[in-house]
Amino acid sequence: MISFIRISRAAVAALLLSLYWASAAWAQSPQRTLRFIPQADLRSIDPIWTTAYVTRNFGYLVFDTLFALDKDFKPQPQMVDRWTVSDDKLSYRFTLRDGLKWHDGRPVRAADCVASLERWGKRDTLGQKLMEAVGEMRTVDDKTFTIGLKAPFPLLLDALGKPSSNVPFMMAERLAKTDAFQQIPEAIGSGPFKFVREEWEPGHKAVFVKNPDYVPREEAPSFAAGSKVAKVDRVEWLYIPDTATAAAALNSGEADWYEQPPADLVPVFTANKDIVVATVDPLGNHGILRFNHIQPPFNNLQLRQAVLNLVDQKDYMGAAAGDPKYWKTCAALFGCATPFETNAGADALLHGPNPAAAKELIQKAGYKGEKIVLLSATDQPIVQGQALVTLDALRKVGLNVELQASDWGTLITRRASKEPVEKGGWSIFHTWTSAPDFFSPAVNLPLRGNGEKAWFGWPTDPRIEELIDSWFKAPDLAAQKKLAADIQVEAYTNDIPYVPTGQFVVPTAYRRDLKGIIVAPVVFLWNVDKK
Amino acid sequence: MFAYVIRRILATIPVMAVVALFVFALLHLSPGDPATIIAGDTATLEDIARIRAKLGLDQPLYVQFVTWVWGLLHGDLGISIFTNLPVSKLIAQRVEPTITLTISTLIASVLAAIPMGVVAAWKAGSWIDRAVMVFAVLGFSVPVFVLAYVLIYVFAIATDLLPVQGFISIDGGLGPFLSHIVMPTFALGAVFAALIARMTRASMLDVLAQDYIRTAQAKGLANDKVLIGHALKNAAVPIATIIGIGVASLISGVVVTETVFAIPGLGRLTVDAILRRDYPIIQGIILVFSAAYVLINLLVDLSYTLLDPRIRY
Repeated sequence: MISFIRISRAAVAALLLSLYWASAAWAQSPQRTLRFIPQADLRSIDPIWTTAYVTRNFGYLVFDTLFALDKDFKPQPQMVDRWTVSDDKLSYRFTLRDGLKWHDGRPVRAADCVASLERWGKRDTLGQKLMEAVGEMRTVDDKTFTIGLKAPFPLLLDALGKPSSNVPFMMAERLAKTDAFQQIPEAIGSGPFKFVREEWEPGHKAVFVKNPDYVPREEAPSFAAGSKVAKVDRVEWLYIPDTATAAAALNSGEADWYEQPPADLVPVFTANKDIVVATVDPLGNHGILRFNHIQPPFNNLQLRQAVLNLVDQKDYMGAAAGDPKYWKTCAALFGCATPFETNAGADALLHGPNPAAAKELIQKAGYKGEKIVLLSATDQPIVQGQALVTLDALRKVGLNVELQASDWGTLITRRASKEPVEKGGWSIFHTWTSAPDFFSPAVNLPLRGNGEKAWFGWPTDPRIEELIDSWFKAPDLAAQKKLAADIQVEAYTNDIPYVPTGQFVVPTAYRRDLKGIIVAPVVFLWNVDKK
Repeated sequence: MFAYVIRRILATIPVMAVVALFVFALLHLSPGDPATIIAGDTATLEDIARIRAKLGLDQPLYVQFVTWVWGLLHGDLGISIFTNLPVSKLIAQRVEPTITLTISTLIASVLAAIPMGVVAAWKAGSWIDRAVMVFAVLGFSVPVFVLAYVLIYVFAIATDLLPVQGFISIDGGLGPFLSHIVMPTFALGAVFAALIARMTRASMLDVLAQDYIRTAQAKGLANDKVLIGHALKNAAVPIATIIGIGVASLISGVVVTETVFAIPGLGRLTVDAILRRDYPIIQGIILVFSAAYVLINLLVDLSYTLLDPRIRY
């Protein structure tokens, strides 16, 4: 029996060793391949059709932009070589760089860019704002086009370099002519990587190869601007839905980079000297507590003020982001460490929580125990963490709150309902948004007060709309800052469209042999080398 | 026999029709809207309505159902709402890993469990019997994902012997194929093996108590011939039944196993599609699974005629 056990042990060891060697041999690839675990599965290849961040990041690999923001949030030319603006600021003329080619080998033409801008302008909120000001867009020749404005739009270049969804990516005219509410059939861009559609397995893998025809700019990379050099031959996005498995894959070297590991798995990496845990996003994200402004009880400003007085950002961030080194309290609606950071009007949040003041406001509001429906999504830890804190805070002051948890897909369907809570409506939901989507009045959608047309929750505040319009027309940064502060004061005093629950970063983890990762709020895979 | 097979195959048609109707109704009446997911966080209600119209989701339910069934009758499972790829292509991409995992689990479990069950019954009450029963209890009790994580820790992280995740087709070489399939097979197969081992033991104990076994032993027949030739053959019908039922439970286990080991199979495709309300994919996969289940049941029923000549159709 003992000899049998010995033989069995030897056989198992031999089998495992042979599998190990076979596996190791398979893992060796002649090409330099960057194996990247993205934050989500790539489900759509059209970054204009969907606002999903994973598709935006896909867009940055495959497509290119006319302008791009640098680390100081200044628009820099990207596909554009030179541009001029008339003295009356009503006419812009753009000339494309030499040598730009689509992935199918055809040259990039001005007509492609005009068609791309038209499609983007039908879907993106900033694009729509720009198109309201545009009189006509016209191609002059294959490399030159003009934009004529009905009124000056000082943020035109910023709009063309909008960094987050929907990014104004340039597409070939035949793709850009696709209805803006339908997906493009293929992803032919002019970016530093080509998408290998034949190898795309939704829910598992997306593959990109270096675009040998890409002509990078000469400036050093800075956020989305500057040189975009593909330094690896191939990029594989490996979608691994189970976070523990994804962490194990990075630990064992089967993956090179895990974009957004959950906070509770970060300690797993710190013990591995071959892995770097870093925060490459200098700004991070805002947690959001959103009210339904058109249904009781939060159609009452005093009750919204009461909740504002109950918010302790430290509790929210502890629940949503974990380790204090990954978050900070931040009352600025345009984020902290951004050009429009201000504490104007944010006293309640800065000096809170103040349950006594909240109780007084609840009494003044005439609250009679109406049911408050708090939506949450259990498959989104950041959303669920915030919701549990809100549930506790509201119950402590006697509000009749009911947590209705579901998955994220159900939550975002329910939040579109304008019905009362008795008919499937809602009172509060939580979400979070990244800095490129809140750092200025141009992109901060939850702030808008345009009623029926506003973001879910539908606040109405004509004064905010007026101030945002003025901000778009502001002549310089100082005037913009002043108006941004006015907007925030109005928001906190007379509207409270939402409450920021803190600013947090999601750490990223990668193998130490990766070099050249760009510090930016969006993950860019150009300039990344694998030594 | 042939007429029976034809009758059974024809009987699947109404079954599939009911499944199709049920799945369609269940999906479209449950909360969630793919248009809101597609439109994303910054969409207005107008945007969502336009996307819904483009996808045809604003049509009355019966129109959507008829459109889908008409496509099915023409062999078209539809187009994925999100990826814009044909559902048949997506399923084809995912069939191989799932079938491979199911077959490898089936083979490994049957090869391990039937001898265990036979020996346990033969040595009933001994330490071997108890060891097999302990294995069976553990197999039933330890969830698939727990066993999977333990395997990953031991064989991939601690000893670096096997890869953590992924799937390599057998075309990619036998070594890489085996190295990727061995842990998922073991994780998924434990509960299945436990089920078969218990059923084999119980069935064998029943048969071993029969007079003809005693007669066979009395006339001096060797133990292996008694066990294999007489006892196991007569105990095979309930074992085959439990294997058939177990294959259905494997399908649910596959979802968890594929998720933990990041295997791009049908189970994960199903879960991902449900989470984002990709109706055509969900409908297509459930139809495929239903058809597979009906087919497996038919094969199990047919296997009875081979295992027991007294059974005739």
